[in-house]
Amino acid sequence: MQPSLRVIDNPVDRLARTLEALLVVAGRPLPTAELAAATDEEEERVETALALLLGRYREERSGIVLEQVAGGWAFRAARQAATACERLFDRPVARGLSQAALETLAVVAYLGPVSRPEIARIRGVAADSAIAGLVERGLVAEAGREEAAGPVRYRTTALFERVFGLTGPGDLPSLDDLGGEADELRARLEDVAGRRGA
Amino acid sequence: MSAAAVRDLDLDLEAFEGPFDLLLTLVLREELELVDVDVAEVVVAFVERLAERADPDLDACGEFLVLVAALLELKVRELFPDAEVEELDPEDAAEELAERLAVYRRFRAAAAWLEQRLADRGDRWFRVGPAPLAPTPAPPRLPPQEPARLAEAIRRLAAEPPAPSLHHLGAFPPVSRFLERFRTLLGRRHRFVFDREVEGLARVEQAVAFLALLELRHAGEVALSQPAPFAPIVCSPASA
Repeated sequence: MQPSLRVIDNPVDRLARTLEALLVVAGRPLPTAELAAATDEEEERVETALALLLGRYREERSGIVLEQVAGGWAFRAARQAATACERLFDRPVARGLSQAALETLAVVAYLGPVSRPEIARIRGVAADSAIAGLVERGLVAEAGREEAAGPVRYRTTALFERVFGLTGPGDLPSLDDLGGEADELRARLEDVAGRRGA
Repeated sequence: MSAAAVRDLDLDLEAFEGPFDLLLTLVLREELELVDVDVAEVVVAFVERLAERADPDLDACGEFLVLVAALLELKVRELFPDAEVEELDPEDAAEELAERLAVYRRFRAAAAWLEQRLADRGDRWFRVGPAPLAPTPAPPRLPPQEPARLAEAIRRLAAEPPAPSLHHLGAFPPVSRFLERFRTLLGRRHRFVFDREVEGLARVEQAVAFLALLELRHAGEVALSQPAPFAPIVCSPASA
């Protein structure tokens, strides 16, 4: 005997079901504006329906989790299913990123659009192979040239934000909060020089 | 560590693996692109070796500094071949070095942050697929048309085109006429002058007569001679 299912049928639920369908079909995070255009609804109503879905598709409650990422909304697998996913699938985009690739990615993420010579100037080594690898993975893409004859510039992609779980560039920590200050470095250099001289 | 030992310093870099001395040799022979060599890693390897000793060897340090400085200068020239070299005094150089190191350290820390972020999200899986195709927009609709105008347009297109004029073809006499005439001449005389035979004919007739003459030459029935360009063409039977 089939168990009886209670179907809630109010306008917000109907909208929520349509949004679920759109997010399942999409291969990328969908911004609220795009969801509103596809459903022919006000963005405010779409946000209400998304809030309903956030409650339904959350960790511990569902195998699928709704998350706001890369400037839009997308489904992902629940963390509980990670081991099973790992047995069946691979992650070629993020697997084995070298130190050189991560540093290049950081420069592009903060300074993009940025050219290869500019990256080389900051890192002190040629960035050609690192950039080529990042473009192949889809984490970085060409972003035109500053001048007609200038070098090609690069920017990070929506896939980069998705892989690193960022809703947008604003999620990156401030550069000023990272690394060390020039003063601190200088003091350390002088300190080492003083000890050697002593 | 002696000064000689600096050259034996074992390196394990992304672009090179082996002793420092070999690295220098390959760079000088231009068999290794210096832009691919992470000089900072060379320095780190040296400092690690230095740290293993209780007393630093000043000779070794001095030699290493000279070699690394030379490497760096070569690398700068390779990276920025067109840049003008600006001599800095030691204080400015230290200042600039500290600034650059600070900038680099920030990006290195940003890379570490990204790496940690990736590790933290290792248990989050999602589908990476191609972007869905946007629906093809409907073709633009034409404004309402008058059927009578459409019928008129089709009628004009379907009308029989006027017959092509063949008038110019009538102006050409048949080649056979001249073939027969020249064969008769060749039978009667040992030789004749072509120009004289076509004298007074229209230009088209002269052209067709010349064509007939070429046909006879091709068939081996006539021998042609012309003492100079544009001189009269003399014709005689081929066997003669």
